Amino acid sequence: MTSAPNIIEIDHLCTCFGRTVVHQDINLRVAQGEILSVVGGSGSGKTVLMRQMLGLERPYSGSVKVFGVDVHRSKRQALQDVRNNWGMLFQHGALYSALSVFENVARPLRELRTLPEDVITDIVLLKLHMVGLGPEHAKKMPANLSGGMIKRVALARAIALDPKLLFLDEPTAGLDPDRSESFVSLIKDLHANLNLTVVMVTHDLDTLFALSGRIAVLADKRVITTGSTREVVKFQHPFVEHFFLGGRGLRALDAMADQEKMRQ
Amino acid sequence: MPVNPIPQLNLPHSNATQRVAPKGCWLVQSLTPKRTMRQLQRDLTRYTPEQMRSFEWDLHGITSLDHIGAQMLWAAWGKQRPAQLHLPAAYEAVFEHLEQVRGLALAKSHTSPFHWLSQIGDRTLGFADHLQHMLLLMGQLSLDFLRLLANPARGPWKEVSANIYRAGFQALGITALVGMLIGVVISYLSAQQLRNFGADVFIVNMLGIAIIRELGPMLAAILVAGRSGSAITAQLGVMRVTEELDAMTVMGISQGFRLVLPKVIALAIAMPLLVIWTDVAALIGGMIAANMELGISYEFFLMKLRDVVPLANYWIGLGKGVVFGILIALVACHFGLRIRPNTESLGRGTTSSVVTAITVVIFADAIFAVVFRGIGIQF
Repeated sequence: MTSAPNIIEIDHLCTCFGRTVVHQDINLRVAQGEILSVVGGSGSGKTVLMRQMLGLERPYSGSVKVFGVDVHRSKRQALQDVRNNWGMLFQHGALYSALSVFENVARPLRELRTLPEDVITDIVLLKLHMVGLGPEHAKKMPANLSGGMIKRVALARAIALDPKLLFLDEPTAGLDPDRSESFVSLIKDLHANLNLTVVMVTHDLDTLFALSGRIAVLADKRVITTGSTREVVKFQHPFVEHFFLGGRGLRALDAMADQEKMRQ
Repeated sequence: MPVNPIPQLNLPHSNATQRVAPKGCWLVQSLTPKRTMRQLQRDLTRYTPEQMRSFEWDLHGITSLDHIGAQMLWAAWGKQRPAQLHLPAAYEAVFEHLEQVRGLALAKSHTSPFHWLSQIGDRTLGFADHLQHMLLLMGQLSLDFLRLLANPARGPWKEVSANIYRAGFQALGITALVGMLIGVVISYLSAQQLRNFGADVFIVNMLGIAIIRELGPMLAAILVAGRSGSAITAQLGVMRVTEELDAMTVMGISQGFRLVLPKVIALAIAMPLLVIWTDVAALIGGMIAANMELGISYEFFLMKLRDVVPLANYWIGLGKGVVFGILIALVACHFGLRIRPNTESLGRGTTSSVVTAITVVIFADAIFAVVFRGIGIQF
């Protein structure tokens, strides 16, 4: 994967809210086609880092480039091109509550203003099918959906334009283990099918181990280490030891080792 | 962002060659510029799906293809693969996805010819539902009020005080400004008419009765309905959206006692005070205008005011203030508690809250006018 071009380049990023420093000199690269997970304790600025990549927060200093475009200092048209190439799954879905499921997924397609209506209909049904929802759900309003369905619809909306880059904020938070499992395999399938690059923020260790190709650990306002699961777990740092080698972490690691043995 | 080659269909121009070899980048970003899309649409619909399928298709010239690009071709083929299709292995998965959803279609929503009838029914039932909910709210309010009387020390006084501050004190500026301007306007208009009849001094009677009995309470009520009514509805609505109302229910905190009652009491106290304040501002405005237009001195105006406006008018104005305050708070709470957890409902609820509150206030004013028609006016 080392030869693949970088999709995201973060250089010397600092973020401050008032007098609170959230990030101090963060450097991070995301290569094409990989799944990168950002982990860190509560309040360590994982979500803020993702919001920086999306251009929703302004950096105090440093720069964030996505597809080679600086998301904070670029012209509107260049930014729009970037935005048509990424999808974001918000933690609580962020579906437009005034629009039906169908219209929510159709929104990014309609914003292009040229696609014919029958193509839009077929694409929306296809995307809903890809996340495991039938056409009988298309007319429902977001207020009438369960948490798992909201996540699925939000994912369908995020992949409506076949993005090259997908952001996931806590993709499995609030789902039962069975749903989490199917959501994880759904994202795996999409990653394989659509040749996606995925950036994910998660607390859930099972999801983390099941999905990530690479993990970036955020602590002490910096990225303290990046690497594969095995490399990261061996890293000497109090946070890493608490996070991965506590009771829950060990159980998840065991489960992962068992699964690998089963496969062999 | 890299520039992608424009997608092209390259349809056969003569019957000799039956081979179609689309070229370029069939990704959504390169498909959607207006000119490209128009050209493609024209090409894709030139032949019927059967004719399209009869050609020999070679997709190896396409540099990249996503679901939307594939869907454009798929639709032109009538949602079937053409008999002769040379498909690169990389694009196989995309067409497999499309094949899986071939049979799916949106359920058609059909409207019955008696749709209008059911709509009338819906509206009627909806209105009855509003009335019932309002009645329940008033009943609950009475019970809560009895509870407060039984044990006043445990009443929600902090909430009452906060609401008086927000709905009363913070409205002083705007009510004074509007009251004064209206006073000036009415005084100027009537001064010109009264001068025609040589009845200059009666401007004091006119302004006094009109402002203290009618305009003061109405102006204050309309401003408070717009200011505090909408704020109350939006606050309760957001509490519904964020599940705070449910949290209160779970903890056993009575919504009526802690949310509705303090707002009603606060407005019942703040409104009459605002009415006095608006009266004063409007009378000062009227007095200044009368002085400038008709040369009536301030001393004379104030002396005369005491003689020509019976005290009953003042009490009626204050009574209106109390009633209007209670009505505005009730209507605002009613709409606030009915908001569904979505943004559209929040917007609609706030609008109808303000409109209904003002309408109800004007209704109540009309009832006041009928009930007190013989009181406080000298003949």
